Amino acid sequence: KMSSRVLVGVKRVIDYAVKIRVKPDRTGVVTDGVKHSMNPFCEIAVEEAVRLKEKKLVNEVIAVSCGPQQVQETIRTALAMGADRGIHVEVSGKDYDNLGPLQVSKILAALAKKENASLVVLGKQAIDDDCNQTGQMTAALLDWSQGTFASEVVLEGDMLKVVREIDGGLETIKIKMPAVVTADLRLNTPRYATLPNIMKAKKKKIDCLKAADLGVDLTSRLEILSVEEPSQRQAGVKVETVEDLVTKLRNASRI
Amino acid sequence: MLLRKVTLTPALCSTVLLRGSASTGFQRPFLSCLVQHGRLYASQSAEAVLEKPAASTDSATRTKVEKAAVSSESKSFAVNMFQGQINTAQVFPFPSVMNEEQTQFLRELVGPVSKFFEEVNNPVKNDMLEEIEDSTMEGLKELGAFGLQVPTDLGGMGLTNTQYARLVEIVGMHDLGVGITLGAHQSIGFKGILLFGTKEQKEKYLPKLATGETIAAFCLTEPASGSDAASIKTTAVRSACGKYYTLTGGKIWISNGGLAEIFTVFAKTPVKDESTGETKDKITAFIVERAFGGVTHGPPEKKMGIKASNTAEVHFDAVRVPAENVLGEVGGGFKVAMNILNNGRFGMAAALSGTMKGVIDKAVDHAANRTQFGNKIHNFGAIQEKVARMAMLQYVSESMAYMISANMDMGASEFQIEAAISKIFASEAAWTVTDECIQVMGGMGFMKDAGVERVMRDLRIFRIFEGTNDILRLFVALNGFQNAGNQLKGLQRALKNPLGNASFLAGEITKRAKRKAGLGTGLSLQGVVHPELSQSGDLLVKAIEQFGGTIEDLLLKHGKKIVDEQFVLKRVADSAIDLYAMVVVLSRASRSLTQGHPSAQHEKVLCETWCFEAYERIMQDIKVLRSSSSKQIFKNLRAISTAVVESGGTVSPHPLGF
Repeated sequence: KMSSRVLVGVKRVIDYAVKIRVKPDRTGVVTDGVKHSMNPFCEIAVEEAVRLKEKKLVNEVIAVSCGPQQVQETIRTALAMGADRGIHVEVSGKDYDNLGPLQVSKILAALAKKENASLVVLGKQAIDDDCNQTGQMTAALLDWSQGTFASEVVLEGDMLKVVREIDGGLETIKIKMPAVVTADLRLNTPRYATLPNIMKAKKKKIDCLKAADLGVDLTSRLEILSVEEPSQRQAGVKVETVEDLVTKLRNASRI
Repeated sequence: MLLRKVTLTPALCSTVLLRGSASTGFQRPFLSCLVQHGRLYASQSAEAVLEKPAASTDSATRTKVEKAAVSSESKSFAVNMFQGQINTAQVFPFPSVMNEEQTQFLRELVGPVSKFFEEVNNPVKNDMLEEIEDSTMEGLKELGAFGLQVPTDLGGMGLTNTQYARLVEIVGMHDLGVGITLGAHQSIGFKGILLFGTKEQKEKYLPKLATGETIAAFCLTEPASGSDAASIKTTAVRSACGKYYTLTGGKIWISNGGLAEIFTVFAKTPVKDESTGETKDKITAFIVERAFGGVTHGPPEKKMGIKASNTAEVHFDAVRVPAENVLGEVGGGFKVAMNILNNGRFGMAAALSGTMKGVIDKAVDHAANRTQFGNKIHNFGAIQEKVARMAMLQYVSESMAYMISANMDMGASEFQIEAAISKIFASEAAWTVTDECIQVMGGMGFMKDAGVERVMRDLRIFRIFEGTNDILRLFVALNGFQNAGNQLKGLQRALKNPLGNASFLAGEITKRAKRKAGLGTGLSLQGVVHPELSQSGDLLVKAIEQFGGTIEDLLLKHGKKIVDEQFVLKRVADSAIDLYAMVVVLSRASRSLTQGHPSAQHEKVLCETWCFEAYERIMQDIKVLRSSSSKQIFKNLRAISTAVVESGGTVSPHPLGF
């Protein structure tokens, strides 16, 4: 019988309410002194995993995050929401700048094996890079089944029923465990980390390791050439009549 | 009707203020401390100035004087500035009291608390319903917001004052009605149990209070007793067997009065003085459970603001209170009340600095986006001055709040002047800032949907409750005079034995001579203030020298009658507030400069601007205090008021004659 351990990925991202500014040298966006929080889709993933544990369908929930020291705050939030322990994979400097879905999925796949997990729950995408690839890549690297964009997850023995949000409706699939699931917006409403739970979470353990400890190479084949602000929308013009409109469009060579 | 005759003895002044407040609502009992202090001052200042033969002072007074003499070596900046001295122990460098773990923990708490107030709590709905939505109330309890400072082993969060301040700031930014509900519960409702409770009392009450399973309220104010707490009529009579007290009386304007199960109640008990055998009525604090029976409350009061917070009358009808529920010592209720209130004031400054942050964001958002005359309005000087002043007031309040909470966390016991200053300053700053926010937003700010008018209504009470600002100004000034008076007394004692105290006297004489000649007295902030702020530091030093000299002259001039000089005391307090505001921003901006904060230069400008204007105001006040023409002005003001009161309204006939 498989151990029922769930691995949940939690990513630290710039808070959704922050107005994003591009760095003057166009290598990325300003992150210094900017409010960060857990990626909202990751919160949904944590909630789902914790609910599975509360229903006694799994034994343990492990929250994982990759990045510098600060990601421990994100792990702590997951612990306060009910995850049992955390793993911090330390990635910093240039490696962190180049950290993308491929590198993270290699780490997650290695950890899933190391921890003998039977389920990996991730957010469908992160709100900073909007890649929407990590779940799929992790499943591929592990050669496990995948249920992406989940809006409902039911664990039935060693089978997983996943209702997926697809273009034009919902698709229900049944997949074999072990599996990778990515959470969509409507899967659940994540709970708040309450202060007493944050206090209790202080006693929960966070293990720190490096990608190399897992035998993962973090080299990236991607290079960021330039990051640009979205172009400013030009002010519109009011026209009095249809004739005016047609003339204006013609002058602008649009018709 | 209200102010019949303005002869101002301390007892009377409290009565007058009490009535003033009664017409507005909510007077919390601070005044008790003033009244007590007022009397204390009267006797001590008298002693300080007029040497009394030792025989005429009874032993009790002597102890008080001795205690006060100890406090003259106080580390409190405010105490020292009244003596024309600078003590930087508590204020430089800007204190940082949290260890790494406490900082980390607090960092983790800020997110969820902000999120709760951004996403769950609905201040508009709370205001409209005139109560906190049930789901929000439940959420706040789960969040742990009801037991922030209760020790962890008793089910609370065990937060330090600094950590508490940071979270309360978030509450203040979003919903002051909720803030008062939480504050009436833990800042005053059960603070007495935290500060004075026995082990048994703590274990019995705090766990349920910490989770919000039971709510607490603080009951001092009565219909005929607001500022003058000594006049409360609620009584607690000890049973013959000594096992319980029978408590009877009515309290008004009790925040959480309709929700609370646990009450901190102040009542008069007959106390026998063991040495004289005399029995006197003294105030004692009690922990009263609604479950004891005989506790009832009135309907929620209709108020101008903080409508979400429940305010009600609470009646105690022959409530049997077990003797073990006495809080602190029998007859020691004043001390309990004073300490509770003193310990809670920094929280108000913290909450209000959050409020200011919130409305400044709104004003700035409008100023940056609103176009008039073809220009964004933030480009106009009229708006720029407003925004700049709003930012300065917020910076000062915030600096005061965290300076005081840090001092308290460092174990300082003497911070009552500073705490009172922070309450006065923050409540007035928040009012001005919010008023100016509405002004910047123009017509839009006046609309309910902008969400600022609610803040304005909510804020009004902060200048009234927990000691009106008028009374607290007297408190600040008289507290300062008390210490200065003691110092002066030491000097006079030394003068009786000039040979034995030659060096001390030489120093004092030189100081005065230099001050008179307009030379520096050797005070300096060099080495503590960042070099880039040395000019502002010099202004503070100069202002303190002048202030200290003025205080001494006023003491010599008025003697014990200084307690009656409210026109003078008000101006003394205004200067004291400005001085303390100067030092907190000097300290904070210095730290930012030293640490090379990205905002250091901005803070430097805030600090310089503040200090320059504050210095000018202080000099103006001192000029008034020292000039003989001010005496005439005070006399005029008194006469105008008396005439208006006598005619029951304005005196002069209508310009049109009808």
